[in-house]
Amino acid sequence: MRFPGPSAFKDFSLRDEVQRRVVTPEIEAMIASISKRTGSFGYDAWGYDENRVKFAAGIMKLLYERYFRVTAHGLENIPPDGRLLVVGNHSGQFPMDGVLVGYALLSNAHSPRAARAMIERFFPTVPFLGNLLNGLGAVIGDPLNCAKMLEAEETIIVFPEGIRGSGKPYRKRYQLQRFGNGFVHLAMNHKAPIVPVGIVGCEETMPSLGSIDPLARLLGIPYVPLVPTLFPLPARVFLNFGKPIHFEGDVESEADVTERVEMVKDEIRSLIDKGLAERTRIY
Amino acid sequence: MDATSSRTRKADAAKKTVLVTGAAGSLAKRVISRLHGRYKVIAVDFRRQVETDAGIPSYKVEIHKRGFEDIFREHKIDAVLHLGRIFAHESDRSRRYNANVLGTKKLLELSQKYGVGQVLIHSTYMVYGASPYNPALLDEDHPLKGSEATHDLVDSVEIEALATIYLWKHPELNITILRPCNVLGPGVRNTMSVLLSRKLVPVLVGFSPMMQFLHVDDMAEALVLAFEKNKPGIYNVAAEDYVAYQVAVEQCGCGRLPIPSIPPALPRLWSRLLNWNAFFPPYMVNFFKYPVVIDGRLFRETFGWKPRRSLNDIFGYYRKQKSVGA
Repeated sequence: MRFPGPSAFKDFSLRDEVQRRVVTPEIEAMIASISKRTGSFGYDAWGYDENRVKFAAGIMKLLYERYFRVTAHGLENIPPDGRLLVVGNHSGQFPMDGVLVGYALLSNAHSPRAARAMIERFFPTVPFLGNLLNGLGAVIGDPLNCAKMLEAEETIIVFPEGIRGSGKPYRKRYQLQRFGNGFVHLAMNHKAPIVPVGIVGCEETMPSLGSIDPLARLLGIPYVPLVPTLFPLPARVFLNFGKPIHFEGDVESEADVTERVEMVKDEIRSLIDKGLAERTRIY
Repeated sequence: MDATSSRTRKADAAKKTVLVTGAAGSLAKRVISRLHGRYKVIAVDFRRQVETDAGIPSYKVEIHKRGFEDIFREHKIDAVLHLGRIFAHESDRSRRYNANVLGTKKLLELSQKYGVGQVLIHSTYMVYGASPYNPALLDEDHPLKGSEATHDLVDSVEIEALATIYLWKHPELNITILRPCNVLGPGVRNTMSVLLSRKLVPVLVGFSPMMQFLHVDDMAEALVLAFEKNKPGIYNVAAEDYVAYQVAVEQCGCGRLPIPSIPPALPRLWSRLLNWNAFFPPYMVNFFKYPVVIDGRLFRETFGWKPRRSLNDIFGYYRKQKSVGA
């Protein structure tokens, strides 16, 4: 909203000014290069909002390049089009890892893609935040959402550890927690390739001593970390994307699915090791 | 002279007879005008005897009352397009239940008794219910949770249940159930249309769910197509275009009136206290909070239908209406 002011400020609007500085021509060009289908108002069925993505990309660029100083390898493994699951390890209390992987895919010089993230079911009930996350492409992790998105040839970021990974204490850093089997079922049912990604650095953004469970229960959220910092620390982040994995054919039992899950898990583990090996300084 | 009239009579006899309920509504009017000439149309409405073109018999009758059967006795009806519905703001709950649910039951019974060959039921996307756990692009087989949170959608869900029972029990009725998204346009009197016709429209602070809109002319074409192609089943009807509620409100030229959204009881209380039943009823508050996005692909592909009016065309009508009024 604009307020009438002195003539010198007549054409000034804070909102427009911020918008102009964040959404640079470079960002505009980046978003324009993505082949993503949206409707006449720039939305898709899940609430992806082109204008919001542009704005967020401008902010994320700063975080990615200046704050977390991300080093990404293997982005050439991301297919330029078609359905895709990007599967990684989860850590750091806040889903900064999802944000950084998302920006890496968005700014990928080989083939930029707007990735979707799956979020916890309580987010849509939170005013502003729910809409904001939807606008950036995140949706609740419902199997129907995943299925329809893959059918629409979208890219989905999956953290099969879920909150077991993101909420774990610092002493368990880089120890992969139990993986859910859902993503392999999705990959098989919809013939979607899986690109594994090993994420190093996010564990150090918010080292936690443990969760204050009674408080978490009171607030109705999965965990409340006991942390020395309220915002993510500027740890250097290393992303290593692996080669696409294709699972074809039927399985005999759930045990076969679990075997395939373990395969992906092993792949992620070796990508994490690669990242840990190339890291010389944590912050 | 004689020869011509007998020829018309013969042509008339070959024409199918189609009964349209809710004939006073703007959707039914559009459907009737598209059918008129090619079919023998009979117009029925509980509100008033609709003024129709020459040659269209028109009745004022409540379909859950006895008089309704006389129409079936008088005419050999081939198809029924059931578009009539009492909206929540038009009547109290029990009267609405009687008219909508018992009326539909009566209509299906009579259709079966008098050998009607095709029945089309105009339902609504609201039967899915608005919930924060809704995935987007709901298919027709998604559970109908519309009545979970509110008693005011019980009638809509029960109409569907009834129609579905008849669908499998009496395949000879060739029942088609259509679940359109929000239908808007000139003359439309549903809650959403009444809402967007206002200058100041309530919005819930921090919530702006994705919505789908369809122009009433496109819906009329969808109904006529579903009738003429006769492929029984249940279909969502929606375009492949989406817009956030608050953006739609702006695009319709409405001012936004922010309403505190938490705790959830608060907006319902506001609505009740200020008597916003006609355009922002308490039972619909969740629809302004959480998305109910339906997948209309099955209908579009089965019937080769594509809406011809864009979201901007739809909103343009509400914008213009306001600039004329000012």
